[in-house]
Amino acid sequence: MTQIAPAIELKGISKSFGPVQANKDISLSIQPGTIHGIVGENGAGKSTLMSILYGFYKADAGEVFINGTLTPIPDSQAAIRAGIGMVHQHFKLVENFTVVENVILGAEDGAMLQPSIAKARKLLTELATEYGLDVNPDAIVEDLSVGHQQRVEILKQLYRQADILILDEPTGVLTPAEADQLFRILGRLKDEGKTIVLITHKLREIMDVTDTVSVMRRGEMTATVKTSETSPAGLAELMVGRKVLLEVNKQPVTPGPVVLEVSDLKVVDHAGVERLKGVSFSIRAGEILGIAGVAGNGQSELLEVLGGMRAATSGRVTLHGDPIDLTGQSSDGQSRRARGIAHVPEDRQAEGLIMPYEAWENVAFGYHHDPKYQINAILMNNAAIKADCADKMARYDVRPPNPRLPARNFSGGNQQKIVVAREMDRNPDLLLVGQPTRGVDIGAIEFIHEQIIALRDAGKAVLLVSVELDEILGLSDRVAVMFDGHIMGERLPDETDEKELGLLMAGMSETKGAA
Amino acid sequence: MGKMPKWADIILIPLISVLLALIVSGLVVLYIGENPLEAMAIMVRGAVGSAYGWGYTLYYATNFIFTGLAVAVAFHAKLFNIGGEGQAALGGLGVAIVCLTIPWPHWSIALIAATGGAAIFGALWALIPAWLQARRDSHIVITTIMFNYIASALLVYLLVNVFRVPGSMAPETARFAEQMHLPSAFDIVPWLGFRASTPLNIAFLLALVACVGVWVLIWRTRLGYEIRAYGHSQTAAVYAGINPVRIVMITMLISGGLSGLMAINAVMGEAERLVIDNVQGAGFVGIAVALMGRSHPVGVFLAALLFGALYQGGAELEFEMPAVSREMIVVIQALVILFTGALDNLVRMPMESLFLSLRRRPEAAAAGPVPKRTDAGE
Repeated sequence: MTQIAPAIELKGISKSFGPVQANKDISLSIQPGTIHGIVGENGAGKSTLMSILYGFYKADAGEVFINGTLTPIPDSQAAIRAGIGMVHQHFKLVENFTVVENVILGAEDGAMLQPSIAKARKLLTELATEYGLDVNPDAIVEDLSVGHQQRVEILKQLYRQADILILDEPTGVLTPAEADQLFRILGRLKDEGKTIVLITHKLREIMDVTDTVSVMRRGEMTATVKTSETSPAGLAELMVGRKVLLEVNKQPVTPGPVVLEVSDLKVVDHAGVERLKGVSFSIRAGEILGIAGVAGNGQSELLEVLGGMRAATSGRVTLHGDPIDLTGQSSDGQSRRARGIAHVPEDRQAEGLIMPYEAWENVAFGYHHDPKYQINAILMNNAAIKADCADKMARYDVRPPNPRLPARNFSGGNQQKIVVAREMDRNPDLLLVGQPTRGVDIGAIEFIHEQIIALRDAGKAVLLVSVELDEILGLSDRVAVMFDGHIMGERLPDETDEKELGLLMAGMSETKGAA
Repeated sequence: MGKMPKWADIILIPLISVLLALIVSGLVVLYIGENPLEAMAIMVRGAVGSAYGWGYTLYYATNFIFTGLAVAVAFHAKLFNIGGEGQAALGGLGVAIVCLTIPWPHWSIALIAATGGAAIFGALWALIPAWLQARRDSHIVITTIMFNYIASALLVYLLVNVFRVPGSMAPETARFAEQMHLPSAFDIVPWLGFRASTPLNIAFLLALVACVGVWVLIWRTRLGYEIRAYGHSQTAAVYAGINPVRIVMITMLISGGLSGLMAINAVMGEAERLVIDNVQGAGFVGIAVALMGRSHPVGVFLAALLFGALYQGGAELEFEMPAVSREMIVVIQALVILFTGALDNLVRMPMESLFLSLRRRPEAAAAGPVPKRTDAGE
């Protein structure tokens, strides 16, 4: 250990929300000029800890030292003064402002804007050459790619002279290539002596870029190790507290007849933007088709159309050879379910569940016309639904197995298990799955993957949409990549790699435009 | 697990809010040079101190139950129906048409027919705002408010030009026939001390039935399940195949119908004819009642009782304490609405943190290692 004071030193930080102890007596010391990773399952307390460091929350107990001096951080202004900058998972940019306007926002020098803008523009040019953070200062933020928007966030922090940068799940919205660029930038920042804290759940990123890594579990800091002295499997075990299977185990299956056939599907959204530009593919029985792609390239719209949530502009979709209605006039989520299409939506909190509804009410959601849930044409049989819920909770290992608990009180993984139980237990012919493991802890990921594989092994067709390439490659029998409303190409998972898929995800392909 | 026990949410917080409102009201009374405790005593005695007072308190409460339930049902679909005033006025029109056009032989048949008339007219008055919301995205708050004015103007026109008794100066309909007179509290339970003039009538029982009906609708029927789901998350409702247009239309029809039913109490039961301004602000009080009752029929019932007592007690206070004018009564009622409705969080947030800190201690002590069962057997 060197004699330099640590850039960040936390001593005995505790924080609880009501009965939930989010942080328990956490101590951590991060050396300046290093990249420090923090990993942990959802709800392990990573975000709470960083929010305390950035002044969003006030710790119940504990002290924060910045560069060796005790620094109370009552609010984010104090954090900024202490040289701490945070890049949030969801960017906090004014979309219709230019880059330079966003950079000075909240840090203007006086009542007049012009001097600040001039100063910021000069600094941006310097930063661009120094760190490879190229962004046109006069571009409107909403016109920038997600990767460039993230750079603006980093530039904002550097403009405020941050020496410590906290990045919360920075690669969730990036293509693999953009992520690589980001890591190169982080490396240069580190070389200039900045300290970087990286919060992520992707173990591979931790292994690639960090110097040291801390693991959090249930509000406690369970370990801090040198990255070079650990392995992904070792980290996963520390996170979950038991050995986990990172690889998906699946047997080869001979696909049966075509279940879903989609041809030349087009969707124009409310704003008149074409989201699907003629998508065609098919899925056979006993087959998982994985759709890879950066979020926002039409995958959501595809799921919504197939799930009956959105009308298509044109195209043809058949299930077992029979067309399904795409106009939204004579069909909706109800008739899709009646035809054996189950849908685990991308956003379980906004779509798949009614958060204030109790678990049993959510178990009937979408299937609330099922005769076995009714007493008569008007009244629902709440007792029957509760019994069904208890049964499903036991079989799908939902914890706690309490049908009377509102959905919002379950962890992300258990919420997802409720959705999965509801949709998969109907034994559908076609399962639509969007981001099945987003914000789900590792233990639950394992379980959900097993369920998807089991459904495929039972001879059902599965359409899997995910932004996690590992998940796509691990589960799919075939992989299609979407970019800008097109399918850029199809690959077999064994015959491709992340690099090739990454290029397709960025829209670069010899088969460009082909559908 | 909520932040607070349910009883605190439903009973304690409204009680504290009302208490705060009364304290501020007391300060106002003190300011105009009267004794607040004495004023309070007059109000309480006037509202619930005699069968006479109870008759009026429950009569007002009946109105507020109907309009409160109307707001509550719509609110479960996150629709803010501000149009109770107009829908109730139209309900009155429905009652008048039913009672004046057909000479019903007995009040019971007339009651059934008039209930239908009131509900249908009230519902139809909510139909256009509902359609505009469902199809055109016109905000229901704005359209229902505007429809209140249209209803008011329409009734004035009809009462002056169409329904006025020839030769009469008063803009009101003829009196409904004697055999349609709804049994009043004096007719049903005279031994409780009600006088012949009491406005409390059998519509109170209809209001109780409506409370039970709304409870069944919201928490026991598939429609109620869909209404609540739509109210919590429209995206999720679409995911589940719940048709948003259908939910908005049906919910608003039910809400408007409930508002319209108020006319059974006020028009058929009390006035026995349709007069100008038969609603007298009950549509707006219904909003406060639903807010205070947290859109639950039991809460609505209790809140309606409170507001009924405030109305009746206020009238007595005005009568017995001349320094307290009509406007002062309105101020007191407004303070209760302000504290229970708009300033709900003023009491709620401190109470929540209080309960949290109360809860943390015993649980922290009990949070030993939890015995873990791995076998998921029954």
